[in-house]
Amino acid sequence: MTFTALDASVRYPGARDLALDGVAVRVTPGSLLAVVGPNGGGKSTLFRALLGLVPVEAGEVLLDGRPVRTWRRDELARVVAAVPQREEPMPMLRVFDAVLFGRYARLGALSPVTATDRRAVQAALERCDAWAFRDRPVDTLSGGEWQRVRLARALAQEPRFLLLDEPTAALDVRHEMELLELVRRLVGEGLGGMVITHHLNLAARYADRMLLLHRGRVVAEGSPQEVLQQDRLAAVFEWPVAVTTWCDGAPQVIPLRPGEFGFPETRSATTSLDQDHA
Amino acid sequence: MRIAGWGVVTGFVLVALAAGLFLGATGIPAGDVLRALLDPSATEAPIVRGLRVPRVLLAFMVGGALGVSGAALQALIRNPLADPYLLGLSGGAGLGAVAAMALQVPGAWAVPLFAFMGALGAVALVYRLSVVAGRRLDPRVLLLAGVIVGAFSAAIMTTIITLSQADQLRNAFLWLLGGFSAASWDAVRLFLLYAILPLAFLMVQARALDLLTLGEEPAQTLGTDVERLKRIVLVSTSLLTAAGVAVCGVIGFVGLVVPHALRGLLGPLHGRLLPAAFLAGGAFLVLADAAARTVVRPIELPVGVVTALVGVPLFAVLLRRSVR
Repeated sequence: MTFTALDASVRYPGARDLALDGVAVRVTPGSLLAVVGPNGGGKSTLFRALLGLVPVEAGEVLLDGRPVRTWRRDELARVVAAVPQREEPMPMLRVFDAVLFGRYARLGALSPVTATDRRAVQAALERCDAWAFRDRPVDTLSGGEWQRVRLARALAQEPRFLLLDEPTAALDVRHEMELLELVRRLVGEGLGGMVITHHLNLAARYADRMLLLHRGRVVAEGSPQEVLQQDRLAAVFEWPVAVTTWCDGAPQVIPLRPGEFGFPETRSATTSLDQDHA
Repeated sequence: MRIAGWGVVTGFVLVALAAGLFLGATGIPAGDVLRALLDPSATEAPIVRGLRVPRVLLAFMVGGALGVSGAALQALIRNPLADPYLLGLSGGAGLGAVAAMALQVPGAWAVPLFAFMGALGAVALVYRLSVVAGRRLDPRVLLLAGVIVGAFSAAIMTTIITLSQADQLRNAFLWLLGGFSAASWDAVRLFLLYAILPLAFLMVQARALDLLTLGEEPAQTLGTDVERLKRIVLVSTSLLTAAGVAVCGVIGFVGLVVPHALRGLLGPLHGRLLPAAFLAGGAFLVLADAAARTVVRPIELPVGVVTALVGVPLFAVLLRRSVR
C-alpha cells in the first residue's frame, strides 16, 4: 500500500501565502520518515494534509491510489493512525477506555466491544509499557505516560501507517528514547512511519529518510546524510551550525555560538531573531 | 463504583417519582393516591390520573431531554459549562413559541416548529458572534454569546407577551421561567412525538461524542465524521429544547447540573452518561416541579426559578474551576 502527497499545496482560509507549496512526500511501509524544519515551515500542515484534515488547493494526497479526501473517516482510521501534537486528557477517563477509543473505527456506533477489541487494547498497552496503569484516570498521568497511552491508542487502530506530530516534545531523555525505540521497532515490523520533530540529531539516528521543510516547500529530501548539510541547515534555520558524525555514522548537528568556527562575534542572537521576525 | 452510581440514579428516580405523585397543591393522603393510580373510578382519580401523572411524566421527559442535550452540548464545545439555556437555544425556542402564539399561527405544529426555528436561529447567531470574536472557537466566548442571545430573546419575548392579547400567553411566567401547570396528556404525546427521534440520534452518537471531547482533529483521525456529528448534535438538541419549550416554557440549568453530577458517579463515557442524564435529568425536574408546587403552597413558583436556584451556584463553581 502506498501513501503519498503529490505536489500538495494548502492555503488556510484568509491567508495570503500557501502553508504548503507543492510538497511531494512518500510514507513507505517498513521505513521511518522524519520531517524537520523551522517553526511555521509547514510540518504540521503536511501532517494535516496527509490525514485529510485540511483540503489541498492543488496536487493530491493519495492513499492506496485513492485521494484521501474521498476516504470515509472510519475507513481512513483503519489504515492510518495519528498522534496529533496537542490534546487535553479527558478528566476521569480510564487509560483502558482511552485506548479503546482507538477501536472506534472498527466498532462503529452500536456494536458491542468484543474480546478481539480488548485483546487489541491490551496488546497495544503492553507494547507501550502502559498496561500497568490501565485503570488510572488519564488526567493523573505524567507527560511521558500520557504520550505512551496516546501511542497505544494509535496502535489499537491496527494501522498500516503511523503519523506522529512532535511526539517527544514534552518528554525527558529516557522517555523520549523509549518512545523512539518503540517507533523504530514498529517500523521494523512493517509499519510505515512519519514523525515530525525538532530534534535533528535523534531524527538522524532513527529515521531512514528525512524531509526538510521551509516556508511550505521541500528544501531537501533523502537520507539523513544527504539532508543534514551544514550550509543548507544554516540557511534554513538562519543560524550557523557545524555538522559532525556520530560513531554509528549518523550526522549530528551542533548549533554554533558566536565566535566559534568563524561565526562573527557581532552577529548576536537577538539580531538573528529580529531578522527571523522581519 | 459504577454499580453504586446506577444505584444512586435509580434511587433518585424513585424518590422523584414518589414526590411528584404524592405531593401537590391539594393534599391527598398517600393511600388515596395509590388507590387512584390503580382504580380509574376512585374519587381522587381525576386529580391523580388527569393532572399529576401527566405532569410528572411530562416533567420527567422534558428534564431527561434537557439533561441529554446538556451532556451532548458539553461534548460539542468541550466544556462542562454548556447547557441549552446558557447557549441561548432555550431563549430562541421560547421566542419562537411565543411569536407563533402571538401571531396565532394555526395548527398543532406551529408552536413546536416556530420554537425549533427559534432555537436553530439562536444557535446560528451565537456561533456567528463567537466566531467574530476570534478565529478559534473559545468556549467562554461562546457562552457569553449564548447568554447575550438568551437575554435578548427574553427581552423580545417579554415585549410580545406584554403587548399581546392572545389567550395562551396570559401566563407569562410559564414562557419566561417555565412551568408545568398546563401539563396534560396531549402535551405528553406532543412532546414524545418530537423528542423520541432526536433522543435516539444522540444516544447512537455516544461513542462519537466520547471522541469529540478529545478535540476535533483527534476525533477525526480516530474515525469520526466531525462535521456530520456537529450537525446531528446541534439539530437534535435544538429539537429537544424546542419540544420542551413548546410544552412548558424556558427552563434552564437542568443540562448543566445533571451531567456534572453524573460524571462523578459513572465516569465521562457517553454510553453511560447519556442514558443516565435522561433518567437523572427527568428525576431532577420532577423534584424541582414538586418543590415549585409545594414550597409556598398554594402559590406555585415557576419551575425555572427552582432549577436556577440550584443551577446558578453550581455554574459559579464550575466557572471558577474552568478559568483556573
